[in-house]
Amino acid sequence: MFPEVFTDIYSDYTIRNITLGATVLGLVSGSLGTFAVLRRQSLLGDSISHAVLPGIILAFMLTGSRDPLILILGAAIVGWLATLSIMAIVNTTRIKQDASLALVLSVFFGFGMVLMTFVQRQPDAAAAGLSRFLFGQAAAIIWDDVRTMLIIGSLALAILFVFWKEFKLVVFDRAFALSLGMPVQRFDVLLTSLLVIAIVIGLQTVGVILMSAMVVTPAAAARQWSDRLGVVTILAGGFGALAGVSGALISAYTARMPTGPTIVICLTAIVLFSLILAPNRGLLWAWVRQHRQSRDIRSRVVLGDLYWLSQQHEGVDHGHSMAALEAMSAGRVAVDHGLEDLERAGLAQRIDGDHWTLTEKGRQLAVSDLNDEDQDQRDA
Amino acid sequence: MMTSAETGQPPVAIAVRDLTVAYNDQPVLWDIDLDVPAGVLMAIVGPNGAGKTTLIKAVLNLVRPAAGSVEILGQSYRQSRDKVGYVPQRGSVDWDFPTSVLDVVQMGRYGALGWIRRPGPRDRELALQALEKVSMRDFADRQISQLSGGQQQRVFLARALVQDAQVYLMDEPFQGVDATTERAIITLLKDLRTAGKTVVCVHHDLQTVPDYFDWVALLNVRKIASGPVSEVYNDTNLRLAYGGRVAFLSRDSAAPATAQSVPEED
Repeated sequence: MFPEVFTDIYSDYTIRNITLGATVLGLVSGSLGTFAVLRRQSLLGDSISHAVLPGIILAFMLTGSRDPLILILGAAIVGWLATLSIMAIVNTTRIKQDASLALVLSVFFGFGMVLMTFVQRQPDAAAAGLSRFLFGQAAAIIWDDVRTMLIIGSLALAILFVFWKEFKLVVFDRAFALSLGMPVQRFDVLLTSLLVIAIVIGLQTVGVILMSAMVVTPAAAARQWSDRLGVVTILAGGFGALAGVSGALISAYTARMPTGPTIVICLTAIVLFSLILAPNRGLLWAWVRQHRQSRDIRSRVVLGDLYWLSQQHEGVDHGHSMAALEAMSAGRVAVDHGLEDLERAGLAQRIDGDHWTLTEKGRQLAVSDLNDEDQDQRDA
Repeated sequence: MMTSAETGQPPVAIAVRDLTVAYNDQPVLWDIDLDVPAGVLMAIVGPNGAGKTTLIKAVLNLVRPAAGSVEILGQSYRQSRDKVGYVPQRGSVDWDFPTSVLDVVQMGRYGALGWIRRPGPRDRELALQALEKVSMRDFADRQISQLSGGQQQRVFLARALVQDAQVYLMDEPFQGVDATTERAIITLLKDLRTAGKTVVCVHHDLQTVPDYFDWVALLNVRKIASGPVSEVYNDTNLRLAYGGRVAFLSRDSAAPATAQSVPEED
């Protein structure tokens, strides 16, 4: 299956369209999604993506056309309407943000499903393909779709690039941006519009139900790898494109495999990998660091005890029994493992059997530890 | 365009007239009249919910007043905002935001840069100089989440310094910082005053007011008093501002002031 994919990308018209379309979609929704995540609007993205369904169907019903531009336009208008409804509900009623998100999501999506069922009962064959907007269908992407994605996507990315500095400040420190006289509310509207674009651009390929994953997940994964907004945004775009292309191709080469879920599975792999293995923020490294730290503390405790014992006895080299050390630590640390670590670091040595003594290096370290402790006590 | 500070006339940095601000019909500030002379280091004190933060935000045009007006250096905020620097409360931003210390400080140049233009080498140099002044130059490339509370506060101060303003408004610059940082910050604020700038701080520690500030406004929804610390910072006014519940007597006896250091949310 896979070797032929690469030749197909160059030769096969459909495969080329799928690859190109999924790349554009992943790039755009991934990088725009970074700002949605930083603004804590992930759930807004989910609500919008579900809520655009009636927009698609209505656009089709009103025009009778399946031109991607018209359907995307319908989706975008209703997506905006949904956003305005959420804001209106929060501002005018006592319903809180989370409930209003759920409310708008379910009402709009339910209405969309009703419309879709209605349209598909009509004898008109053109409506048959509309159900692919639920879970997406990469195999149906044609050049017209790719071109539409390219135009809308480049426009959105260009806006992001031009107002980069302004967006960054508005998202990071709203009050300070306001004090500089920036039209913060207009930037809010612009950023939310970009979020709507990030969502509608992938509706055909990924579908309304899972599209929000395409917006949120790449950014969440990318944040693991970098502390720079620019790098995070580019990485999110890259992750989005990677998941988009691999998911779309797998589903195109497998019969009856819906594209949206396949892409989401690829995204999941990326995000899991990032959560566990990314340097600094990765869970694995956090676990390793913690483990190392507790080992370090253990051997320092044993080192200190050994030093104290050596001070109590005149002959430094006669060694001290492990039993004495265990009695001193009173079960707080595993003395045997601590001694092994000290031996490996050249800080302690075994005299005979289970008798231990400090090396010269170990004694120096113990003395400096004690000095540090005194210093801390003086500071406190 | 000449400001009163430049012409040498009795300069007023901030003039607040009949200012009333309400949230949901509940007045937060009621009919405030306040003149802040240029070149003072002023504390705004008052109990929680007294409207201290709101007053600063109203001066900065961040909240819309129900009535009244504010002038800065004889002009509206819109006209004078490039002469105003702002230090928001440290807790008002997400410190896990993916950005560096230097980047945050450069944000203080965004007003001067105008639209679209990116910070250049000169802005970088100014930002580094400001970081030097707050002893944070070594942290320029740090991610902001790696900073302690006091370091975060100093980064915000550095950002205000690169704004190179005439009037500074600071919301609790001493909140949650250790004694060393507090000393560093107050030295910096006094330097600003020496340079002829006007600095207004929301402040919570009643004991340090006479040491740190030369001007004070006592607030509790209404203005209780404002003027030189030596004239208006007394028990009568403090009791009016905080109600009879608390004993102050901060300067005349050994009893310490007790109503302080409670983080405020309003």
